[in-house]
Amino acid sequence: MPVIEVEDLSKVFGKNQKQALKRLDEGMSKDAILKETGNTVGVNRASFSVESGEIFVIMGLSGSGKSTLVRLINRLIEPTEGSVRIDGEDLAKMDKKSLRKVRREKLSMVFQRFALFPHRSILENAEFGLEIQNVPKEERQKKAQEALEMVGLGDYIHQNPGQLSGGMQQRVGLARALANDPEVLLMDEAFSALDPLIRKEMQDELIDLQASMKKTILFITHDLDEALRIGDRIALMKDGSIVQIGTPEEILVNPANDYVEKFVEDVDRSKVLTAQNIMKRPETINIEKHGPRVALERMREEGLSSIFVVDSKRNLKGYVTADDASEARKKDIRDIHEILKNDIPRVKKDTAMNEIFDVIYDSPIPVAVIENDKLVGIIVRGAVIAGLAGEGEVKIDA
Amino acid sequence: MLNTVLDFFPEIPIADKTKAFTEWLTDTFAFLFDPIKENLEGFMEFTADKLILVPPVIIILLVAILAFFISGKKLGLAAFSIVGLWLIYNQGFWEHLMNTFTLVLISSLLSVIIGVPVGILMSKSRTAEAIITPILDFMQTMPAFVYLIPAVAFFGIGMVPGVFASLIFATPPTVRFTNLGIRQVSKELVEASEAFGSTGSQKLFKVELPMARATIMAGINQTVMLALSMVVIASMIGAPGLGTEVLSALQRAQVGTGFVAGVGIVILAIIIDRFTQTVNSKNK
Repeated sequence: MPVIEVEDLSKVFGKNQKQALKRLDEGMSKDAILKETGNTVGVNRASFSVESGEIFVIMGLSGSGKSTLVRLINRLIEPTEGSVRIDGEDLAKMDKKSLRKVRREKLSMVFQRFALFPHRSILENAEFGLEIQNVPKEERQKKAQEALEMVGLGDYIHQNPGQLSGGMQQRVGLARALANDPEVLLMDEAFSALDPLIRKEMQDELIDLQASMKKTILFITHDLDEALRIGDRIALMKDGSIVQIGTPEEILVNPANDYVEKFVEDVDRSKVLTAQNIMKRPETINIEKHGPRVALERMREEGLSSIFVVDSKRNLKGYVTADDASEARKKDIRDIHEILKNDIPRVKKDTAMNEIFDVIYDSPIPVAVIENDKLVGIIVRGAVIAGLAGEGEVKIDA
Repeated sequence: MLNTVLDFFPEIPIADKTKAFTEWLTDTFAFLFDPIKENLEGFMEFTADKLILVPPVIIILLVAILAFFISGKKLGLAAFSIVGLWLIYNQGFWEHLMNTFTLVLISSLLSVIIGVPVGILMSKSRTAEAIITPILDFMQTMPAFVYLIPAVAFFGIGMVPGVFASLIFATPPTVRFTNLGIRQVSKELVEASEAFGSTGSQKLFKVELPMARATIMAGINQTVMLALSMVVIASMIGAPGLGTEVLSALQRAQVGTGFVAGVGIVILAIIIDRFTQTVNSKNK
């Protein structure tokens, strides 16, 4: 069951919001509405849902409405229309008291510029969420301390935020959000204010943390690389509307329209595409049934210089080359074991393409893609290059 | 010829109406004004009397010690306090000084007690801000002497009408700075406190007021200074203190006495100003 369900969510700023919404329905553009009615369309009928334990990234350039969208979800901004359901409860229709309860217990937010309270120590910052729930001091300090240790700041609790570097400050922001153990983390450009090295470190750490804590994370960013790195699914926004929702691969490989395509043009695809995106169905022979003769025949049919050998359960046993096979036929060797070679480069289904380079670079034979010891595909050098260039051949069979 | 246009309306009796209104206020709220006057007067006289009873040397030393620690163990302010206060004692104005100090203390306290909540209200509501801002402008630009008239009508003469007049004159900075301070709190911090589910008062006391503290303190400093500047004017309606000396020196053209009493006020002003400012900057 999805934790966050957003349906037809819209936000129009200014007076006469309903009128502007009507114009949107009639298909008027954001700019035209601004000119005619003076209303700014922040978010235009966004719908999506986020599953429990998922990292859902909302990605768009500045002005695309992503920051407004995240604030509509915890209702820091009042929606004009539509619904936001957290665990099935509609936040948009809640009274203030229930809204506070949801904010305290289910939603936490991490801010772009950290938004730490400068007049409080690191520990006091981390315990803020618990403090306003009137959790007894000892208990909340203990939980805050745990959260700070989780992000690696256990030794800094009595410092002030101003004494820490940006990356450390955002760790405090993260600890503050984690201390009251929410179901959902809303992260508004949480790493955008950090320099690139620290940002990458924080991304890795978030992924590590997520592996153990399994929160539902809604992550806002303007950085496509970041989105592709950490997102399980990505929603692309433009002018207040969601243009495409999909896994990183889907968005890269099948951009929904020109806008998305232009966006993903510059991405370093080698970091995003994995073995399964570029592998082919392998030609194989069965070690239990076939001999060198069949191997040679198969290779001639397919125009290959080598062929993989598997058993009936598709466990990879090795490969034979065309040269060895024809030699064997001349010498009338019947047992394929005698010419079997086993120095096969292997990768997993989710090995990133940039790591495949190193393997495939000096290998005379294709790379084998292995899952649970079974051969699921092969990668030839041409496919790697095609995948990098973003051309044809790449298929999604996830 | 042209003046007939201007004279088309007869003179509007603003002055008469104001007078009638003030009289009405005085009569109607006598039940309110009288106990205020009596209690406040009693309290202030009590405070001033007790201060006068304390041997001056003890007060001077206390102020000096406090100054020493407040200014981060520097000698400047402490030394100035000793010399300045001794000079006032030496000139025979000690009792006046205690009266003036009581007047300034009580009016500043009341200003802050009234001003901070009004400032908070203003920061929370655009409507309140739109209504209160012109009132504050009016309070600050109307010549201070004008307040003395209704002050006397309500509270008779003495310290209490002095407090009333200086309240009107000195409260606006606290209100303005409180409003400004809260509005200046970064939007992200306010969002952070809301996002974690703060109630309105949690947001105010845990985030906004602590963040606005320095600005509010600057406003309070202004308020204290303005209250002090009302001392001379308040003496016209019988508020005792250094102002009385200045006023009588003025009436009798005694340059010397006027100067000495004036210097006394300046010394008090400097000490109070440095005290409130250092308290503020130290707590940042």
